[in-house]
Amino acid sequence: MSFLTLKNITKSFGPNTVVRDFDLNVASGEFVSFLGPSGCGKTTVLRMIAGFETPSSGSIHVGGMDVTALPASRRKIGMVFQAYALFPNMSVRDNVAFGLKIAGMPRAEIDTRVAEMLDLISLGSLADRYPYQMSGGQQQRVALARALAPRPNLLLLDEPLSALDAQIRTSLRDDIRRIQQELGITTVFVTHDQEEALSISDRVVVMHKGRADQIGTPAQIYNRPTTRFVADFVGKLNTFEARVESPQSIFFAGQNIHDPRHTDLTPGAPITVALRPEALSLRPRPGDDLSLPGRVLHSTFLGSVIRAQIDVAGQQVSVDMFNRADATLPVAGDMAEVWFTRGDVLVLPSVM
Amino acid sequence: MSRRFPLLSTLIALAGAAFFIVPLIATFNFSLRMKRGELSFEAYRSVFDSDVFLGVLGFSATASLMAILMGVLIVVPTAYWVRLRVPRARPVIEFLSLMPLIIPPVVLVFGYVRLYGSSSILPLTMTEAGTNVLLVIGYVVLSVPYMYRAVDNGMAAIDIATLTEAAESLGASRLRTIVFVIFPNIRSAIVSGAFLTFSISLGEFVITSLLNRPAFGPYLVQMGQDFAYQPAALAIMAFAFTWICMVLMEAFATRKPGQRLLQWRAPRSVTKAKS
Repeated sequence: MSFLTLKNITKSFGPNTVVRDFDLNVASGEFVSFLGPSGCGKTTVLRMIAGFETPSSGSIHVGGMDVTALPASRRKIGMVFQAYALFPNMSVRDNVAFGLKIAGMPRAEIDTRVAEMLDLISLGSLADRYPYQMSGGQQQRVALARALAPRPNLLLLDEPLSALDAQIRTSLRDDIRRIQQELGITTVFVTHDQEEALSISDRVVVMHKGRADQIGTPAQIYNRPTTRFVADFVGKLNTFEARVESPQSIFFAGQNIHDPRHTDLTPGAPITVALRPEALSLRPRPGDDLSLPGRVLHSTFLGSVIRAQIDVAGQQVSVDMFNRADATLPVAGDMAEVWFTRGDVLVLPSVM
Repeated sequence: MSRRFPLLSTLIALAGAAFFIVPLIATFNFSLRMKRGELSFEAYRSVFDSDVFLGVLGFSATASLMAILMGVLIVVPTAYWVRLRVPRARPVIEFLSLMPLIIPPVVLVFGYVRLYGSSSILPLTMTEAGTNVLLVIGYVVLSVPYMYRAVDNGMAAIDIATLTEAAESLGASRLRTIVFVIFPNIRSAIVSGAFLTFSISLGEFVITSLLNRPAFGPYLVQMGQDFAYQPAALAIMAFAFTWICMVLMEAFATRKPGQRLLQWRAPRSVTKAKS
């Protein structure tokens, strides 16, 4: 059952159409991320759900009610902004209480709810601080508590982690997911960071030029991209020009590879295949049944990962391998075999 | 590492300071010599004794307060609306707000007298109340450059658009947003604008005199023609008043929420995370 429904949304600013034919159904309690580069329209869609922009055409339903023409102040949404947007003149307590006061809740109930919310973000000790006395991470948690305090129908997060440092970003990301699951609130999260989107969401919407290119679980998006853009944008790829030899095999990097998964291809057609760097290894692992000969160009030690650049038939290929105590860094100039399984070969869709 | 004492710069600074301070000291000294042979505040006492002085001061203060009220009511919604809805028009509005500095007050008041004179469809200058209204409007125009700049800077310091959206997402109407969120956050800016308006209007001469109002500016000039010691006393008081205004402005402008207006102890050191 769909709780948030976006039907055929289009949005134009003058001659620029920034969102086109956008359809989405979000189930109650689901966590959906909009992922895409800047200018792809993801924030505009979020702002239309919030009520800060009106769609040029299409409709938005929340809980079965048409809210397309409803002003933001009557939509019962909780919104968290990239720039925190805490009210500078109010203490933490008053910030969290703001939505409750506006709703006309009695004083005693407000106090209870505020305490409960501050508990949820573990900032009860800072209730009397003002925003300028807190770090970015603390401010963003207060913003989250403020958005959740009036028990909104929807939680909307507009790149809430982009302004924070890496460490706080990860911990707040986990907090957001924990709180979202605890409260079971339907959430839409906008980000340009694929790791964020993949790690936190039930489903990811990859957006490109105002359209939803692919909607799926994080694993589907990463492992089975359905458009060329998704494949390029999410994760790193080694791409190879290839040719369909027969319905059961494709030819690339000087080898015929029998691949029973792609039987719908026309023989003779040029296609592009791809391999994720982490699917490759310089030593055969159990299950690896294919290999390409190459030469090591250079290698980098990244702590948990060893990243090697290999020249395969004149093409540069990235290989990521987990570091182990007995692992040695590949030496530049050495000959090497790049191992993988046929199941890891992605045939990229020809659509952009 | 020791640096040489910057002799030349210090001399220049002292000469500059003397340029401002010496006439002030001389005026102050002169204002104390009304009684022959001794230093006294006699001139000040005589100024305060005069009913006319208190009358004109009251009139000017009232007119200035009205000008502040009117200026705030015009400037705050305008600046808010421009920042929120038509940010591209901001340079134009900013330029318009500077017009009163370009057009001399004497031109402005002549325009008023011509426009609202006896032959006008709105003959404001024909009645006392009408002329007072015109005077207040004149003060508002003169103070717009300062008021607009102060309020606009105040709004620049906070993210008006996002704060408005945050308040709206929490259910607040536009009016409640302005009252509970926008206004408290630009209060210090409004107060600075108000003090500037007050100090401009209080001693204003050109418009006031040409509209023939019994206000402080013309009174000061008249006193200067008729008496010797009292004008010096008035000048010193006017300076003192302006300085008090500036100190208050500073106090309001640098105050952070949650602090008392005047903090005598050193503020608690708070690490503000920049991000």
